[in-house]
Amino acid sequence: MALLEAINPLLSAGWQQGGHEWRLENDAGWRLKDYEARGGYQSLRKIIETSMSPDDVIAEVKKSVLRGRGGAGFPTGLKWSFMPKAAPEKYIVCNTDEGEPGTFKDRDIQRYDPHVIIEGMIIAAYAVGAGRGYNYIHGEIYELYQRFEDALDEARAAGYLGQNILGSGFNFDLFAHHGWGAYICGEESALLESIEGKKGQPRFKPPFPANVGLYGKPTTINNTESFASIPFIFRIGGEGFLNLGKPNNGGTKLFSVSGHVNRPGNFEVPMGTPFAKLLEMAGGMRGGRKLKAVIPGGSSAPVLPGDIMMDCTLDYDSIAKAGSMLGSGAVIVMDETTCMVKALERLAWFYYEESCGQCTPCREGTGWLYKVIHRIEHGQGKPEDLALLDRLTVNIMGRTICALGDAASMPVQSFIKHFRSEFEYHIEHKKCLVPPDVQRTGSTFYTRKMGQA
Amino acid sequence: MFSEATLRKIDREVAKYPAAQKQSAVMAALAFAQDELGWLSQDAIAAVAAYLDMPAIAAYEVASFYNMYDLQPVGRYKLTVCTNLPCALSGGVHAADYLKQKLGIDFNETTADGRFTLKEGECMGACGDAPVILSNNKRMHCFMTPEEIDKLLEECK
Repeated sequence: MALLEAINPLLSAGWQQGGHEWRLENDAGWRLKDYEARGGYQSLRKIIETSMSPDDVIAEVKKSVLRGRGGAGFPTGLKWSFMPKAAPEKYIVCNTDEGEPGTFKDRDIQRYDPHVIIEGMIIAAYAVGAGRGYNYIHGEIYELYQRFEDALDEARAAGYLGQNILGSGFNFDLFAHHGWGAYICGEESALLESIEGKKGQPRFKPPFPANVGLYGKPTTINNTESFASIPFIFRIGGEGFLNLGKPNNGGTKLFSVSGHVNRPGNFEVPMGTPFAKLLEMAGGMRGGRKLKAVIPGGSSAPVLPGDIMMDCTLDYDSIAKAGSMLGSGAVIVMDETTCMVKALERLAWFYYEESCGQCTPCREGTGWLYKVIHRIEHGQGKPEDLALLDRLTVNIMGRTICALGDAASMPVQSFIKHFRSEFEYHIEHKKCLVPPDVQRTGSTFYTRKMGQA
Repeated sequence: MFSEATLRKIDREVAKYPAAQKQSAVMAALAFAQDELGWLSQDAIAAVAAYLDMPAIAAYEVASFYNMYDLQPVGRYKLTVCTNLPCALSGGVHAADYLKQKLGIDFNETTADGRFTLKEGECMGACGDAPVILSNNKRMHCFMTPEEIDKLLEECK
């Protein structure tokens, strides 16, 4: 675990006790008593004791300008307000199917602060009038799914879940559901299909989940970090949260820094923090090597050259202006030992593997993208391949039910745009511009000690 | 086909969902079935489906869609290494190479003694802890070095 700035104590207190330790059984601070000791469930109590109406709660979240932390950045309060008031059966769903390469923030929230998610979901359920909720947890973190079940038992026993919560007359039941290895289930409508016990194939939209969601009923689905931000918003007020960040980009956010840095990990910083500061918090470049490229928002976001990234601040607007996306806040850092063709080849394989196969342009197109990039990487590229790749992405983008096709295409377009000469070198010389022995030094697998990056 | 303990675990999952939505428990039920039997034969999938009052084909669609269900027999220890880009930058591919060499098998192969199966994984959402190895779908091992991998293999009796 990397060092955190403790801005939101509900989010980060448990983490600091965790230290640099991967064995979950040694974790301290995630239990109900620890969460309560640092002010946990006080926001829920405040809402109930001051008789805030559901509309007041939604208004406060709107004021915070919390934008969806899963990647799309849609305003959370606005999403809640889309829920029909009269419907008798409504659901709240948390998306912890965190599998976007580079993103690992929700895992740490699950690990160190499961109760902050529960409290956020209860408040959301109260705001939209939902009686039942599910937290869909990525299959690969099964140990944390079990921990969440333990946390739910604690919350039920303490009267935070169930009938007549804290004497309010409000009822809400919450359960955990685990995935079992499908990236596409991070797409919200695929996730709902998956909870229904089906293969996770995205639905046509509209209708949106607020009208036709889980089991066909109105459903609000938010990312884990979005729910985890809710109790803090009611602690310091919507306006206070907004002012931590910058206009149109409220609050603080977790950034997952991976790749060629000295101290990979999660860092909570205010929106609008310079990228250079985040890089410094992550211990700077591994081995003091030169920054080559950064994918700022998870593997689906366009890559940016290092020098452009060094001028960016970490907020939706700055990164968009530079030609990429803040996405989930997953910052993948690559140094000069990286072969950009090989890097793209691996991402292309990922999207090919994870395409659900429902839409032809994505099912076929992701295979084509991988095959063409693979042959360039392996010295069999043709001069016309770059134009072919461009045409393939154009034929995929905007022609599919969900965004996976776009997500597969944007890396291809941006890698070629910014590192075209490397692709051309591969095709012309049938080998890599970065010598293989240099590439090998980047990972430091054979030289590092336990717990070091 | 399943033990009482497995059936009780499935019942506990069924109780999480509205009465008319038993099928919602199929993912967890298939995982429990796999825990007990080692892998999911067509008969096992059909038995899960029957228990949840759903068509066998609907359960098979689920079992064949999600990566962590094994529709073929695997070794006693299935080790899955993430080699996706963020992990690769911190040694994911090198860790997989090291395992291949130690075990003498490639991805999707099982050692002759039936002890290990090696799989290439996709993003586990733990990129900051790379290299990451998942054993038998449920236990995640982080920050793996050659020595840590040796120790892990030693522990897998």
